[in-house]
Amino acid sequence: MTDERAPHDPEQPAEAAPLLEISHLKHYFGGLAAVSDFNTRLYPNELVGLIGPNGAGKSTVFNLLCGLYRPSEGDIRFDGQRLNGLRPHQITSLGIGRTFQNIRLWNGMSVLDNLRIAHFSQMNYGILDALTLSSRLRRSERKVHEEALDLLRLFGLEQHADERPPNLSYGVQRRVEICRALVMKPRLLLLDEPAAGMNQGEINDLLELIHWVRDQFKVTIWIIEHQMRVIMGVCERIQVLDFGKIIAEGTPEEIRNNPHVIEAYLGEEVT
Amino acid sequence: MRRYGLHILAVVVFLLTVVPSWLGVYNGYIQFLLMLIGINIMLTASLNLINGYMGEFSVGHAAFMGLGAYVTSLLTVWLLTHDNVFGPPVLAPGFSLVIFPLALVAGGVAAAIFSLLVSIPSFRTRGDYLAVITLAVNFIFKSLIENIGAIGGPRGFMGMGEVLAVMNGVIRAPWLMIWTFFSCLATLFIIRNFVSSTYGKGIVAIREDEIAAEVMTVNTRRLKMVAFMLGCGLAGVAGGLHAHLLGFINPSSYFILQSTLVLVMVYLGGMGSLSGSIISAVGFTILLELLRPFGLLRWVATPLLLILLMLRRPTGIMGDRELHDVFPRLRKYFPSAEERLLEQ
Repeated sequence: MTDERAPHDPEQPAEAAPLLEISHLKHYFGGLAAVSDFNTRLYPNELVGLIGPNGAGKSTVFNLLCGLYRPSEGDIRFDGQRLNGLRPHQITSLGIGRTFQNIRLWNGMSVLDNLRIAHFSQMNYGILDALTLSSRLRRSERKVHEEALDLLRLFGLEQHADERPPNLSYGVQRRVEICRALVMKPRLLLLDEPAAGMNQGEINDLLELIHWVRDQFKVTIWIIEHQMRVIMGVCERIQVLDFGKIIAEGTPEEIRNNPHVIEAYLGEEVT
Repeated sequence: MRRYGLHILAVVVFLLTVVPSWLGVYNGYIQFLLMLIGINIMLTASLNLINGYMGEFSVGHAAFMGLGAYVTSLLTVWLLTHDNVFGPPVLAPGFSLVIFPLALVAGGVAAAIFSLLVSIPSFRTRGDYLAVITLAVNFIFKSLIENIGAIGGPRGFMGMGEVLAVMNGVIRAPWLMIWTFFSCLATLFIIRNFVSSTYGKGIVAIREDEIAAEVMTVNTRRLKMVAFMLGCGLAGVAGGLHAHLLGFINPSSYFILQSTLVLVMVYLGGMGSLSGSIISAVGFTILLELLRPFGLLRWVATPLLLILLMLRRPTGIMGDRELHDVFPRLRKYFPSAEERLLEQ
């Protein structure tokens, strides 16, 4: 395990405050340690990959971070604030957006409504406004409507605004989900296996999109992936997780030649 | 003109229901039926908010309705009439016109508070707990009322007819019909607004995927409680009207059979469709009346009809669509809720 935690982005001074700091994170499912002693730091505007074989605990780390699971031990700090014990909607309102491995759009409503509801924590009206459609509510709703449409236009998805997600192709659904995660103006974007089920052409488009999102929205992006070739092409820094621990960390080049990684992926070609 | 489409529709309904009753064109039975339809629309729409839009499963709507019925009736009978239990009226008859709507609101608030107590344990967990707990709520409510001897216990409570007579004595008008009309209108207005706002639409997100909703910043626990309280509170108001319509209530009137009737109307109309709820409440109430000559057989015929419907059209009459989705030409006359939301 390498202790080298400094970011590899040369423009990023090493002493900058980390955006996300996870220390000694542990989580048990019954007696099984899904995550054991996980440590990491992410810095603003980084693009970091978290890889590992199936069952290594990658998604568990994301779920712990979002508050969907409560960590058994350890500390999660986002922008200096401790996240342990907060409920998921509180955590994500602080500026953490995420997508899911198995796309979790709301299928019973339009794409536009999917984006509108993600504005939930930004709505500045209360229950009484909602019951009477007050002018304050309508002002707020108009703004949300415009913002959601603007975001869709930016992603080139505006022609799908009124469609329901199940009618869209898989690749488009992935883009809509990333779009929805950006609604809450996140500073940290978590992508959980964004390339799952995609062919090579779609993967290439996706990698381009990820770079574009990072530059356009100035977010830190943390990607989970178990296909090496996906993550090698996009991340500046890669962490390798196996049995709930980080076994290696470094640039794609370093990871490719790391004997621990080759061992963890035994039988798979590391390219 | 188009902007006021729904307003005009409301006035037309008023002219066809309340005004003829006022002028004595409709006999007592027709008036009874019209009010029952209004109350059933309220019950169906409010349960649709919980079971349809939010996708939870509440089977205790009658208990919340019954609580509203008892609270409203106790208040009006205590304050306005000479009663064996409460003695002479507290207020002069002139107050009755104000007290009646206030008592309806009080019934609704009582039901909402009761529903809050129910929702605190049920919404801390995910899954089917609400169904189990609301099933228990039916029994809790029934045994609670049965064991309060002062208000009649299992023998029931009456005197609401007297309340209506007092109101009629002040100004002669079909008061119950008027308040049923406006309560029904307010219920539909409130629910339509709620489910079209981003705030209220969060409950649809909860139905579709609760984890995604929570991660997309929706405060799911609070929103579920708000929606549940809203639905149950409106059922409480409907209960208050229902008690005055019957003039006599007992705990068995608000038990599982009544809960089931409302459930049937919700699923018949379609989960998450407000116009479906209206259509099914109107249709089902009339159907039950038409089958009345067959006596007990109507309780055989209606479930059969329901089975048939579920086989032929499992999503109910309207599914989750509204009337203007099915007949786009209606958009020419009535704006959709989304348009209202975005207008200046």
